Amino acid sequence: MKSRAFAYPYVLWMALFVVAPIIIIVVYAFSASDGSFTLDNFSNMELYLSVFGRSFGLALIATITCLLLGYPLAYALAHEGPRAQGIMLMLIMLPMWMNFLLRTYAWMSLLEKTGLINRFLGLFGIAPLNMINTPFAVVLGMVYNYLPFMVLPIYSVIVKIDKSLLEAAQDLGAKPSTVFTRVIFPLSLSGVLSGITMVFVPAVSTFAISKLLGGNKTMLLGDLIEMQFLGGSYNPHLGSAIALVMMVVVMVCMFVMNRFGSDDEQVVMF
Amino acid sequence: MSKELIRLKDVSMTFDGETILDNMNIYFNDKEFLTLLGPSGCGKTTTLRIIGGFLTPTSGDVIFDGVRINDIPPHKRQVNTVFQRYALFPHLNVYDNVAFGLRIPKPYEDVSSVALSEASGGKKRKKKLSETEIKSRVTEMLEIVSLKGFEHRSVSSLSGGQQQRVAIARALVNQPKVLLLDEPLGALDMRLRKDMQQELKRIQKQMGITFIYVTHDQEEALSMSDTVVVMNAGKIQQIGTPEDIYNEPKNAFVADFIGESNIVDGIMREDNVVEIFGRKFRCLDKGFAPDEPVDVVIRPEDVDIVDVKDGALTGTVTSVTFKGMHYDIIVDFKGFKWLIETTDFCPEGSRIGIKIDPDGFHVMKKSEYSGMFGDYSSYSAEYDEIGDVEYEESSLEDEADEV
Repeated sequence: MKSRAFAYPYVLWMALFVVAPIIIIVVYAFSASDGSFTLDNFSNMELYLSVFGRSFGLALIATITCLLLGYPLAYALAHEGPRAQGIMLMLIMLPMWMNFLLRTYAWMSLLEKTGLINRFLGLFGIAPLNMINTPFAVVLGMVYNYLPFMVLPIYSVIVKIDKSLLEAAQDLGAKPSTVFTRVIFPLSLSGVLSGITMVFVPAVSTFAISKLLGGNKTMLLGDLIEMQFLGGSYNPHLGSAIALVMMVVVMVCMFVMNRFGSDDEQVVMF
Repeated sequence: MSKELIRLKDVSMTFDGETILDNMNIYFNDKEFLTLLGPSGCGKTTTLRIIGGFLTPTSGDVIFDGVRINDIPPHKRQVNTVFQRYALFPHLNVYDNVAFGLRIPKPYEDVSSVALSEASGGKKRKKKLSETEIKSRVTEMLEIVSLKGFEHRSVSSLSGGQQQRVAIARALVNQPKVLLLDEPLGALDMRLRKDMQQELKRIQKQMGITFIYVTHDQEEALSMSDTVVVMNAGKIQQIGTPEDIYNEPKNAFVADFIGESNIVDGIMREDNVVEIFGRKFRCLDKGFAPDEPVDVVIRPEDVDIVDVKDGALTGTVTSVTFKGMHYDIIVDFKGFKWLIETTDFCPEGSRIGIKIDPDGFHVMKKSEYSGMFGDYSSYSAEYDEIGDVEYEESSLEDEADEV
């Protein structure tokens, strides 16, 4: 009972800076500029269905790519000696100590028409590739920035799997690949689910990556919302409505995914 | 006796230059309950892991049913293990844990031909069991370990004893020729341990397969086994029936590790005559050289207390501990302290005489362990506990010394 008091500062923080803003967004989303109740903000949104589609599509591709790259890496990492694990973990974290925008700007100068990659290819007489301002560049930026969030939760789950379980599986006749499919993978599922959440959620709402690497051709939900608040088409009511819909869709996605996960180990969100 | 199933031939094991097993030779018979007994660090678990296929010996051969299986990985051996901390799969319920091995398609020849076909790179036919067959076997197995009705429970909701039973069922359902058990009762409380000992013995008889059991608990080993193998410092000290091991220990280590023993220096004057404390006693041992120095074991329960005038030896009682069924008393004979179990009360400080029947002596050849055990000078009520700790430490030192 008394220890609950230690949480009060955070509860206050959360009330002020999480709950209150959400309420404000809800109010904005359901009102017109004169303050009256309306659903127009939601019905107007169908103009932007393609942006919704693109955002969720690219975030999905980025998440799957992160999973395909991150799982084997996490698996290998968990089976290294403690020294190698330390070094590799640091290498994975290292880019995260650099400013996010800076990292993304770096990709810009790599991918540009006259960027490093194209200049290098030019040495071999290869015509410059069109990389910047494409969906590919946006996915690349997402994968690059969010990969550590996939690797770390999976790694931390795999590294904790009791080695005697693997021996028990072998003992019962499982060859190495069966040990993986029947024991290691099911036991690492909770890490996979948190990894997916931690990559998908920021990827679906990003605006910096798409702005810098996608140009104005690959507008994502984040950009769309930003435009409603800061851009020329100032309309915080529509912006709030889009933000709200996005939040609900993400929550539904996470909820559905959690149903597939194990019952006792839930992903961070729920 | 039944036929030989497993043989370890000249098996040695070294980790980082430390010898864990030292040229071990042993065979295991079909359908027998064999226990590897020894203090921790004696190499008993290593032996088990070599048979299970989790370790490959540094040198020597592992022979299963006449075939060398050194290089056969664990999943191709017809041996199953009950692990020390059960190692149940937390993501599966009781039923699925037990069914785990059955759901993996296996070659359906017996292990020796598997080993052969493996060696010749021959073809393997895999057999997949139907879910109906799996169900009937799992159900039958859960019945044998008295866990009927627990099929859909999650393993984390089970008590230690129940988890233990699941681990046993999960191993046995595969109908292995050999079941390896690595201190399976170590985590259970005393009461449950006793029950499970009976249970394991019953299951072994019912299934008619070989059990190789690892423990450091001598009482457990004596009460369950057909054969006991006493190990220390990577070497086999003695192999025999529980009665042999207790009554005819080969050296001071075995005598001391199995039960309580007073071990004194003696001289074998002639066949059937042994001299201790300067007095000659009749005994049943023979075959020693005349005047050969020997170790003499006298079990605490084989000493009769008599009047001082009738005693072959006289001593002073220095401590008395009430044990329920009997008293443990420590008696000082010329500076050497003996442990004696008696139902007669002898007060501390009293002088008593003792008599020992000829069958109360057991004479052993001198060994590297002579003089290390069997003196109760440091006896206290907590002797048993302290004793165990001391064994473990001393045995580890032994190992280190050998390197």
